[in-house]
Amino acid sequence: MLRYIGHRLLLTIPTLLGVAVLVFCMLRLIPGDVVDVMFMGQGSNVPPDVIAAEKARLGLDKPIPVQLVKWMAGLAQGDFGVSMWTGRPISYEIGIRLELSIEVALMATCLALLIALPLGTLSALYKNTWIDQVIRIVSIAGLAVPSFWLGMIIILSLLSFFHWNPPIMFTPIWEDWRANLSQLIWPALAVGYRYSSVVTRMMRSTLIEVLQEDYIRTARAKGVFERLVVIRHAMRNAMLPVITVTGLEFAFLIGGLVVTEQVFNLNGIGKLFVDSVARADNTMLQALVLLVSVFYIAVNLGVDLLYAVLDPRIRYR
Amino acid sequence: MKLKTLLFAFVAMAVAIPGLSAETPKRGGTLVFAVVAEPPNYDCHANDSFAFVHPVRPSYSTLLKIDPYHYPNVMGDLAESWKVSPDGLTYTFKLHKGVKFHDGSTLSSEDVKASYDRIRNPQAGVKSLRRAAYADIDSIETPDANTVVFKLKKKNVSMLSNFASPFDCIYSSAKLKEDPRWPERHVMGTGPFQFVEHVAGSHYTGKRFDGYFEKGKPYLDGYKAVFVSGTAMVNALASGQVMAEFRGQAPADREREVKALGAKAAVQDSPWTCSLVVSFNTRKKPFDDVRVRRALNLAIDRWEGSKVLSKIALVKEVGGLVRPGYSLAASKKELEAYPGFSHDIAASRAEAKKLLKEAGQENLSFTFTNRNVKMPYEPVGVFLIDQWRQIGVNVKHEQLETRLYLAAQQSEKPTYDASLDFNCDYMDEPNLQLLKYLSPSRSSLNYSGYGDPKVDELYDQQSGEFDPKKRAAILRQIEKQVFDDAYIIPTIWWHRVIVMDKKVKGWKITPSHYLNQDLTNVWLD
Repeated sequence: MLRYIGHRLLLTIPTLLGVAVLVFCMLRLIPGDVVDVMFMGQGSNVPPDVIAAEKARLGLDKPIPVQLVKWMAGLAQGDFGVSMWTGRPISYEIGIRLELSIEVALMATCLALLIALPLGTLSALYKNTWIDQVIRIVSIAGLAVPSFWLGMIIILSLLSFFHWNPPIMFTPIWEDWRANLSQLIWPALAVGYRYSSVVTRMMRSTLIEVLQEDYIRTARAKGVFERLVVIRHAMRNAMLPVITVTGLEFAFLIGGLVVTEQVFNLNGIGKLFVDSVARADNTMLQALVLLVSVFYIAVNLGVDLLYAVLDPRIRYR
Repeated sequence: MKLKTLLFAFVAMAVAIPGLSAETPKRGGTLVFAVVAEPPNYDCHANDSFAFVHPVRPSYSTLLKIDPYHYPNVMGDLAESWKVSPDGLTYTFKLHKGVKFHDGSTLSSEDVKASYDRIRNPQAGVKSLRRAAYADIDSIETPDANTVVFKLKKKNVSMLSNFASPFDCIYSSAKLKEDPRWPERHVMGTGPFQFVEHVAGSHYTGKRFDGYFEKGKPYLDGYKAVFVSGTAMVNALASGQVMAEFRGQAPADREREVKALGAKAAVQDSPWTCSLVVSFNTRKKPFDDVRVRRALNLAIDRWEGSKVLSKIALVKEVGGLVRPGYSLAASKKELEAYPGFSHDIAASRAEAKKLLKEAGQENLSFTFTNRNVKMPYEPVGVFLIDQWRQIGVNVKHEQLETRLYLAAQQSEKPTYDASLDFNCDYMDEPNLQLLKYLSPSRSSLNYSGYGDPKVDELYDQQSGEFDPKKRAAILRQIEKQVFDDAYIIPTIWWHRVIVMDKKVKGWKITPSHYLNQDLTNVWLD
């Protein structure tokens, strides 16, 4: 197993390298840069030499291969560099936002699983009954409604009925868990609903398939209690695709809540993505894309390892 | 009799001192307000945005500032008094005595000199955006610790306004000696509030500086500037989480906020020193032909546009190159004489069609480059396209992210056909507003590629003209020339609306969102 993990980790190196080079080059193909946005975005008559000096300071006047080598050399030492916009270390800028994004992702995942596992199972067990129909309508609605729209509806409802708006500033959970939850539960709910719909449908379809397997029929023939058949034999096997979907959705939530974070004014990774695009902060964007890639790779590895735990037939060498 | 005299004296004083007539300021409380953007750093001299002014300015003082109650007059900030020599070449400032920096050190004329030297002749690595504004200064002298003398090479009518710029903060010369770039990462001035913390992407806080040189001020214990934008900002204001947002609100947002706040809402509005202008890329055909540019200018019904757009966008005033309502602006009668400002829009459009025919551009179609910012760029862009459609011109609306929008106009080989550009300054001052219309060799703000030596010459003339009547006459000549050339044409000026909680007192709106943000006089009821 350790050898397998080592092998997978080694494979991440060329993957991340490819992502890094690709993102670096793609960002350089887009016209304009951070200095233009910073100095000309407000319409000031900035002397051309000031602009040129700042571009030189940021290394933007150097050939692209030189810029790439310099950035890669920093990366090799674990140094993401500094934000071209704020001049602060990128690790600091991401660090202060990562906690919020991870917490929202975890809360949304917990909510989604709490909703999806029972609903998906019920839907499969009562296939084509009114229970199944209701659950399918609820889950299809979840897929059809964008999270940010649901978020806006939640906020407008809170404002209209309770004259209350969720906090707009983040409080870490260990400082004040009430303030923390009163801010993050709403985006988690908005995102968790869509997320739960994906998982519910996956759970339903795989469970229906598993319930038709020979070993289920055998268990029932042997007189095993129906509850044990479903929980121990059917659900455990049906969980593998569900885990895959859950993992991918979790990784997506780390950097993908672009609009939802704007709606709730969450100071997370998604909002930082949007701000960095608007500011043409290339170094920040490069780091963010790499971070999301690392999350995807790590979550996929975690999911693969979880397969082995859930299914004894799977052995990694 | 004595009582009557006292009463009369009190009433007279209350009327004379703005603010006092209404209520007596109360001490304490924290002002929480929204800022819809965030500054890249803390250096006044390197910034030019409200995103910097609103959170950071309360920690700094400037030599002069604009008096919000008597706009656009200047008033002293660090300067207790000032004197301009009869020839207009020497400005002598007497500073308040005993002014303290937040670190406890005492301000002296050396700090003022060091700060202005930093703006005029920035050391390597220092970004100075307003160097050109002080190009006429020959030398700065400090005869004693409380006197600063600026000697000019030539007369400059806007010099006092320059000294009142909210961006020209006074830094500690000792800190600048340590590191000329020190202000980029640290906030330490002589302003009414001390820096507490800045959590990137979230908020910025300041607390009252007890050693502030204006005794008894500021009234607030502190303030918190929350970085929030879009719908989240409107919701925060409507729910009372923030008490104000000092840039400006769109009409729809204003309605929602006022409705939600009910009796707690207070609204102030003012014409705004910002305008949207159409810039034609004269390097490209057919915009090298003045007839085409004039036709497109004539097609715009600004008067009707003002009525319609003011209901949905933060624009309202119809004006020329300087803000309508400003003492040196064109009167309505003068405006109506300019091409594109006639009330007889049918006649203007008939003339526009004729010009297009003469230029062989009856089936003109082009791409209109706009900024991907909803307010007010998008509605004004849509309005203009509709106006041009009415003379048979087919226009494609291209809304770009700021980076691409700027690159399309400013790169060495601009790619745009025509664009919706903007002009926004910290006060009404033709030396600032007219920069956009100067030849590209003199102004980085003119993207059109077109320069008119006559406009440049007239600009220099008005810049040295201290007689307002004569200056206004020169401004009319400049306007006429610019409308004849039609390389950059103004559309409709912005209108600033501020919605805030009624308990916020002592804040007065001005035509600029960069002014009156040191929060010295603000208090909470």
